[in-house]
Amino acid sequence: MTASVHSVAQVMAGPAGRRGWRARLAAWRVPLSILVLCLLPWVLPSQALAVNVLIYGLVAVGYNLLFGYTGMLSFGHAAFFGAGAYAAGLGIGQLGLPWYAAIPFGMLVGGALAFVVGLLSIRTRGIYFSMVTLALAQLVYYTALQATSLTGGENGLRGFTVARIELFGWPVDFLDPIKKYYVLMAFAAAALWFVSRVLGSPFGAVIEAIRENETRARACGYDVERSKVIAFTLSGLVCALAGTLFALHLAIVPLDTLSIQTSGMIVMMTLLGGAGSFFGPFIGALAFLLMEDVVALWTPHWQIVVGTVFILFVLFLPKGIWGTALAWRAGR
Amino acid sequence: MDAELIAMQLFSGVALGAILVMVALGLSIIFGMLGVVNFAHGALFMVGAYAGLYVATLTGSFWWGLLIAPLAVGAFGMLIERVLIRPLYKRSVDDPLLLTFGLGYVLVESVRIAFGNEGMPFPTPPELSGVADLGIGYFPIYRLFVVGVVAVVLVLLWLGLEKTRFGLIVRAGARDPQIMRVLGVDVAKVWLMVFGLGVGLTALGGVLAAPMRSVDPEMGALVLAEAFVVTVIGGMGSLVGAVVAGLLIGIAVSMTALFAPEMATIVMFALMALVLLIRPQGLFGKPGRA
Repeated sequence: MTASVHSVAQVMAGPAGRRGWRARLAAWRVPLSILVLCLLPWVLPSQALAVNVLIYGLVAVGYNLLFGYTGMLSFGHAAFFGAGAYAAGLGIGQLGLPWYAAIPFGMLVGGALAFVVGLLSIRTRGIYFSMVTLALAQLVYYTALQATSLTGGENGLRGFTVARIELFGWPVDFLDPIKKYYVLMAFAAAALWFVSRVLGSPFGAVIEAIRENETRARACGYDVERSKVIAFTLSGLVCALAGTLFALHLAIVPLDTLSIQTSGMIVMMTLLGGAGSFFGPFIGALAFLLMEDVVALWTPHWQIVVGTVFILFVLFLPKGIWGTALAWRAGR
Repeated sequence: MDAELIAMQLFSGVALGAILVMVALGLSIIFGMLGVVNFAHGALFMVGAYAGLYVATLTGSFWWGLLIAPLAVGAFGMLIERVLIRPLYKRSVDDPLLLTFGLGYVLVESVRIAFGNEGMPFPTPPELSGVADLGIGYFPIYRLFVVGVVAVVLVLLWLGLEKTRFGLIVRAGARDPQIMRVLGVDVAKVWLMVFGLGVGLTALGGVLAAPMRSVDPEMGALVLAEAFVVTVIGGMGSLVGAVVAGLLIGIAVSMTALFAPEMATIVMFALMALVLLIRPQGLFGKPGRA
């Protein structure tokens, strides 16, 4: 069993091994990502944009684990992002949890939700899977809309502002955007390291094998269903973490966090950047949010531009920005 | 709770279900033939409603809107298939899905630009307003009309698929497009027509639904999810399944609204989860296709 896992991993690593720069890039992908994230608030036009890229980039990283690496096109990841955000907000506002406990609490709730949705939706394959995840996410959305007393319904969840935190005895002003950015970034960095480890593990090789050929992976003796549920849950867990960071950042959770538009945005970001690549999701989030910012300057209807660009990407550059750049570099 | 109220609510559910049947049938026909899930289906439902409103205001008659809007939006659907979806047939099944999702985005925003963000009322045509006494209670005439139109469309569709040469080609093409090509059928043309037909059906659903509610750019999002629920419950690609599940969901939502209004939208998703647990291929789906 172990031997065959390693051989799959080696086969995957094969072409990269021959092209040295790719292997080196892969080995340094986590420190490199963290370095770029550290610089982000200083190179982007606004710090608000930087924190959005951080949070949505992390959601896309979590989503990429499922869509890019396992090959399952979910249209319901807003549910886990939103569940993490709502749970963190409720944890602080209602249960009186400190901010650092609200984060694991949000992940627990979002991860548990992802586990249940995963169990249900992997009973279907391909196109059905996309439809079922979308429908189940709508169920979460309408539940949050109706449970007004708990979630605030259409007004969103309010009343859990974290103004000041203690970091190892040091007081940190959480209203200072730059300090807040670096606190949130520490969690995102840990998640990136975790995702990188998952992808480099034998399990990472198995989910890629499922993406490439599910029947063959099954024939090789892998428990495809179990791997899919694990991938789904891990993916939801990372999205839930991003959700908790989102709640801490905004100090309000809009109902829109759970909407189909958010799910779609996650899909778009991942695809724009390059599904199935490590840097793709962050590049996609950056591209999407920059495009939104720039287009919103001259028209409130930025979605029409973003949608058109997305259609063009599906038609002509399905590998996304980073995936296309990699293929172009490799093809030279 | 008296029997008359329950009967009225039940009938309300049938009318609601009839709309869902139109949308889900369009989705199912397109999927059964082309293997494409149209994620712009909800947006096209909304475009249908706006087109109906536009034509009705222009001509001053609801009937022209009802007639022209589905045809125009159906033709627009054919254009979409020809220009955007056809290049994707040889690629992964996810690609048309992603593309139509992006298209839905663009359509919603285009309607916002043309008609504004706010919802608009769609008046019930005067000749169809009011209620009719059917002996067991008073029913809105417009809802009776909706059920009647959908029934007629269903019969026409059934006749078209079962009794005409085109229907024969469609059914055969759904089973094996390769053989159809070998036999000299222009499959591309058939797919174009089928996509137009599916889009036209959802647009008709949009026009019919509009007077029972108002029209707004976001109205397609919930309808899309509802249509997915219906097709998952009925069994993807099964036309009988779409009809039965559509009516079932309409009645379930309507009856829940009577007893526990806050659960009305949630109940259909719970039903879908139940079907997935017990029979993942759907009520009328063939095992192995799910």
